[in-house]
Amino acid sequence: MDIRTKRFIGAFLFITLIGCVPLFVKNGYHLGILTMVAINTILVIGLNLLMGYAGQVSLGHAAFYGIGAYSTAVFTSSQFGWHPFVAALAGIVISIIVAAIIGIPCLRLRGHYLALATLGFGWIMYIVMKNWEPLGGTSGIEKIPFLVVGNIVINDDQSRFYFTWAVAMIILWITWNIVHSRVGRALRALHTSESAASSLGVYITGYKLQVFLLSAVFASIAGSLYAHCINFVSPNTFNFVTSVQIVVMTVIGGMASVWGAPVGAGAITILVEVLREVGDKVKIMKDSDVIMHGLILVLAMIFMPSGVYCTIFDGIVRLFRRKKTGGAA
Amino acid sequence: MSTIDLLQNLLFGIAQGSIYALIAVGFTIIFSATEIVNLAQGEFIMLGAMFTFWFSAPPSIDGSVGGMGLPIYMAVILAVAATSIIGVIMGWVMMRPLKKANSTTMIIITIGASMIIQGVASHVWGKDAVKVQEFTKFNDGAMVIMNVPFLKPIDGVPPQLFLQQQQIWIIGIMLILVILLTLFFNLTMAGKAMRATAMNKVGAKLVGVNVSRTVMLAFGLSAAIGALGGAAIAPIYAQYDMGGLLGLKGFAAAIVGGLGNFPGSVIAGLILGMAEAVGANYASNYKDAISFVILLIVLIISPNGLPALLKRRRK
Amino acid sequence: MSALLQVEGVSKIFDGLVAVNNATFDVQEGTITALIGPNGAGKSTMLNMISGALPVSIGKITFNKRKITNKPPHKIAGYGVSRTFQNVELFSNMSALENVMIGRHLRGRCGMLAAATRLWHLRREELKIEADAHEFLNRVGLGDMADEPAGDLPFGKQRLLEIARAIAVEPKLLLLDEAASGLSTREKKDLVKLIYSLRSDGITIFMVDHDMDLVMDISEHVIVLDHGEKIAEGTPQQVQKNDKVIAAYLGEEVEDA
Repeated sequence: MDIRTKRFIGAFLFITLIGCVPLFVKNGYHLGILTMVAINTILVIGLNLLMGYAGQVSLGHAAFYGIGAYSTAVFTSSQFGWHPFVAALAGIVISIIVAAIIGIPCLRLRGHYLALATLGFGWIMYIVMKNWEPLGGTSGIEKIPFLVVGNIVINDDQSRFYFTWAVAMIILWITWNIVHSRVGRALRALHTSESAASSLGVYITGYKLQVFLLSAVFASIAGSLYAHCINFVSPNTFNFVTSVQIVVMTVIGGMASVWGAPVGAGAITILVEVLREVGDKVKIMKDSDVIMHGLILVLAMIFMPSGVYCTIFDGIVRLFRRKKTGGAA
Repeated sequence: MSTIDLLQNLLFGIAQGSIYALIAVGFTIIFSATEIVNLAQGEFIMLGAMFTFWFSAPPSIDGSVGGMGLPIYMAVILAVAATSIIGVIMGWVMMRPLKKANSTTMIIITIGASMIIQGVASHVWGKDAVKVQEFTKFNDGAMVIMNVPFLKPIDGVPPQLFLQQQQIWIIGIMLILVILLTLFFNLTMAGKAMRATAMNKVGAKLVGVNVSRTVMLAFGLSAAIGALGGAAIAPIYAQYDMGGLLGLKGFAAAIVGGLGNFPGSVIAGLILGMAEAVGANYASNYKDAISFVILLIVLIISPNGLPALLKRRRK
Repeated sequence: MSALLQVEGVSKIFDGLVAVNNATFDVQEGTITALIGPNGAGKSTMLNMISGALPVSIGKITFNKRKITNKPPHKIAGYGVSRTFQNVELFSNMSALENVMIGRHLRGRCGMLAAATRLWHLRREELKIEADAHEFLNRVGLGDMADEPAGDLPFGKQRLLEIARAIAVEPKLLLLDEAASGLSTREKKDLVKLIYSLRSDGITIFMVDHDMDLVMDISEHVIVLDHGEKIAEGTPQQVQKNDKVIAAYLGEEVEDA
């Protein structure tokens, strides 16, 4: 069975697996959590590319998430009345412009300048969201209309689940294509050795910028989806804690692998929910998710810097290779 | 804005900016010695403030969080000591990944550490703001009034500037610390060893400097500085989550002043404090954003901070 | 006829330390030219300035009649200059083939948008890049190592792989930075054969090396640096007899006879 067939089967299984979930999970609340996993996957996959290939971090990614969400909220409201897809597109365009303004000066240089700039920008966005009246201030914006695709109104748990996962899978597919192309190869090269890659004609800054822009676009899409699913946006969803959470999911899942995104998003989203439910019953565990996030971050970065998925995957691969050569070197 | 109002705002800004300056100095020390960008710096401030509360507040009678009732000066000393120990532990934890991890990993670890510290703090001390007594309460805690001689009198009365006693403490502590640190880095063996490690780890090792001890010392020292600043600001404001925003603004000051530039950090901290105080008059809701906007502008124009920009223009 | 590469009055100053001082020399097309000098002479610095990895403090570098001073490395690669590195800088977690495929990067046009949507004609481009890469691997004799992770290859083969990757760029000028260092005698012989055959393919070779025998044997033109300054230039025979060169290497003054 050659590799293309294997990949096809793998993708088919994954899609089928996701597709069957609503048949087994009837609880609306649980289905909602799994819908959030899809949205978080989209958030994470951009950062996954940025951290895993361009070697940069965005510590304010919630800002782009918020730009998408608020663009949808504002432009689909009665004041503007735009079509949801156009509103989402507006969010994407704004995100691209902002990301370019921050990215171009920062990515030219070596060092963590992008991390710091996104940190600052994330806070600025949050403060603006809290205080600018057109964005509803601390109470946010309500009554965001449902998405309508053809004849279907996406207003129940099942349709939300299917739609967000459909978008997530398209984005996963797009990212997979990029990673397995000339672009992906150039990214992997510049991640390993910028000096070698540039000496062979790879324009380092250009690619880093493109990856950053792409990650901003994905985050914006996730934000627009979020707005249509919850029908409500408020600043607290898009603060520094959220930005850190996205980083945690990326790190846990593993960077430099497309599958790391859903793994990390799924693991953390579900873990947070589990902790919350346990915390409701066991008083001591209340509000422990902050400590848990922190511990996971520290331990993961110290012991498994390439993420859960990659570490396990590499381990299995190495096990197979040792078997092949019969144990002896 | 009238001149006297401007001066008053600048004065308040200097007090607030002193805290930013101390945070920035803490950053600079760790970054200089280890090249780690410590995003948990703000938590040292918080620990200093909360420990001061814990040691000095009257014991709890109604089930709310109480303290041990010690005199304030003793509480401050203990708070600084406790925070320093935590800082040294953090330095020790950071040693292990320091050897092979890249700087991005280190930044993320410090974020994780800050979340752990904040989480534990919210458990031990709760989420509400706590009250810490002022260091001094001369004249029943009255504000200090200064006459400004060179301005025109208003209605026959010379214009006056006000400052809280605690604010004077803050500025004073900042000045003393800056002087002590300058002496430390230039005159003591430990201080010079730290500067050597900052410039060249391998070279420092060859000359006999114990690098891991230097790292722990750098963290411990930064924690102590942060704790002292936190203790000083505690009577004005003390809450489990104060470290986040304060830390980031202090961090912005460190960048604006040039990461690794000691005097730059201090001046930048004061500038940010003053910019915030003045800006708050025009857009009080957005005043927190001021520091970040300055940070962004500086990063875009001159990522190595204002000193580098000034050097460039002189050329 | 002007030289392929012209270095004019180039200096490099690091914070007060002068690494290269006012170096001027030419590299003629179709030749094998060597840059030698004792340790710390500034050879690698010079090479880095030519390849664009380091900015020039003073001076001008011209390649193929085009000014390349301070241009970024990826642009210089586009003009036809590629290089190897002193400490082999392979993409160790990628296969040998993939390493060489990156050498073909400039021959492709697939960008992010096209990659995302998997346009069909770009699939053909990928296949061509892969086929070309195989050829360059064969050229240096590594054809059967195509799928090996680059980091797993023995050191001598890693050096060859770096050369394969560099010539995949189809450069007019190939910069070799200590390409013979760490090789066995047998491997050095093979390297010499390879360099000669590259030259007959029309690639101009500019090499920095420590191995005197190799350099004197293979190069047609030699430039000698010492403490950042050019102290001699000429054929290997001329340079070998030069008093200043002998002094630089021996580290002592040569008395007047």
